[in-house]
Amino acid sequence: MDRLTKDDIQPKILQKLLEDSDITIEDALENEMILNMGPQHPATHGVLRLLLRLDGETVINCVPDVGYLHRGYEKMAENMSYYEFIPHTDRLDYLSPIANNVAWVLAVEKLAGIEVPVRAQYIRMMIAELARIASHLVAIGSFAMDVGALTVFLWTLREREKIMDVWDILCGARFTNSYTRIGGVANDAQPEALALVKKFIDEIDDNLSECESLLNTNRIFIERLDGVGRISKEDALSYGYTGPNLRASGVEFDLRRATPYLQYDKVDFKIPVYQEGDALARYFVRADEVRESAKIVKQCLQLMQPGEIKANLPKSILPQKVEVYSKMEELIHDFMIVNFGINPPVGEVYHAIEGSKGELGFYIVSKGEGHPWKCKIRSPSFIHIQSLPHLVKGHMVSDVVAIIGSIDPIMGEADK
Amino acid sequence: MELKELIQQKLKDNFTEASFEFSEFRNELSVKLNKKYILQVCKFLKENSDLEFLLCEDITAVDWATRKNRFTVVYHIFSIKNNFRLVLKSDVDESESIIDSVSSVWKTSDWQERECYDMYGIRFNNHPDLRRIYMPEEFEYHPLRKDFPLMGIPGSLPLPKK
Repeated sequence: MDRLTKDDIQPKILQKLLEDSDITIEDALENEMILNMGPQHPATHGVLRLLLRLDGETVINCVPDVGYLHRGYEKMAENMSYYEFIPHTDRLDYLSPIANNVAWVLAVEKLAGIEVPVRAQYIRMMIAELARIASHLVAIGSFAMDVGALTVFLWTLREREKIMDVWDILCGARFTNSYTRIGGVANDAQPEALALVKKFIDEIDDNLSECESLLNTNRIFIERLDGVGRISKEDALSYGYTGPNLRASGVEFDLRRATPYLQYDKVDFKIPVYQEGDALARYFVRADEVRESAKIVKQCLQLMQPGEIKANLPKSILPQKVEVYSKMEELIHDFMIVNFGINPPVGEVYHAIEGSKGELGFYIVSKGEGHPWKCKIRSPSFIHIQSLPHLVKGHMVSDVVAIIGSIDPIMGEADK
Repeated sequence: MELKELIQQKLKDNFTEASFEFSEFRNELSVKLNKKYILQVCKFLKENSDLEFLLCEDITAVDWATRKNRFTVVYHIFSIKNNFRLVLKSDVDESESIIDSVSSVWKTSDWQERECYDMYGIRFNNHPDLRRIYMPEEFEYHPLRKDFPLMGIPGSLPLPKK
């Protein structure tokens, strides 16, 4: 392999990398090494690039470089209607696409002031929690794979496959769901889908314990992660951590509890909190959250009553197809909404949900037109990647892989 | 006293010269202030023991295209103690598109301000590392400005060397 020279790295990145000393790159390369990790690297969970400055095997400094998957969704949102953007939210956090759908429509409904029927809210809650389980299963599996335990990955993906089967029946797509609509969901949850959900929820506890039994008593796994990538409570808050990563640092903060949306105030669940703030604690939080989510899904299934799944507001949201085909008025509204959009009032809202990675928020500015004037996606992965230099300093190169796995970034979301 | 009133009262008492404009939409309180005071106000909101806005959720900007003060920088901050979200807004003009960085208050604002700089070209005073974040360093435009076309500008992104 050729030796890295000055020309291979952007001057500004280099400056940042060598910031804490007055040495030049030639001096630095005498004793130290600059290692380019990614963007094509199996352990970086996508196209994340890290520039590591190493002394032997110890990381002295790290500069993350993102943007390799930047598709400009915020710009695209400004040029399409509120309905058209729903499929694009699937491509943000592609491990829990349906939760992103929920987040987007909740933000639009808050802006337009639309009330959603209770059954639709329970369906949304159920799918959001199932999405969290699916996402955490991948997080745990790939995290274990990063530190060398391959079997767990196969087992957790086997469980996730069952959720994919639920999506398949529920909305016809296994991966990019686009299931929610403004004012409700696309179609009612079929009894077969609900039966599958129930079967999955009844089994997940045992199946997860099976996966955990490979890890929790595994000395190699524990010793590789214990105390690695530690972040204190204050730093975690200052770095804008949310979700499981924040709760692993001892802050009991969960948007489902703090600012209840949907019907989260009607269900009973615990917020798992660990004090250590290291990679191991982040793994424990995720495993516990899977169980808590399963509990919420179970309660959703019990509380869900038959009823409407979409608000009946033909002037502000797309009417039901049956009515479009049988009534003149509805046909006109359908035509107007498809062509000109839903025209919410002038104003700006921020709505965030507790996504599987953390706080997933949408900030929408409306000028009363059919498309948003501005849409900002507050993605948790972007914020979490920012703290990587803080986490990896002083650790070994092999720990970097474990730390990236433990904060569970998704580049589709970080790069927007 | 209700929290919203308390925040308004505290801000008015502590910053008599800054002219605050309070508004509410869909139950969200937002405060518009002069950009000179943004750093002080943020520091105050974070450190005041009754408010404790410890979490900075989001920093972004809005391009109004034709207005006199073309940009508005928007901060969403959250108080875990009170479970309350506050929106801070500050107008920035195109001719002097620079505002104080709040990265000394919340570390998370480092990248968020970089994103804002990359997308809108708003510069941040005393920012530790103001580089582009998504676009390549040699890119000349700011994509989220309203005068940047959706389909991009041909030739603005250099292709990799063969």
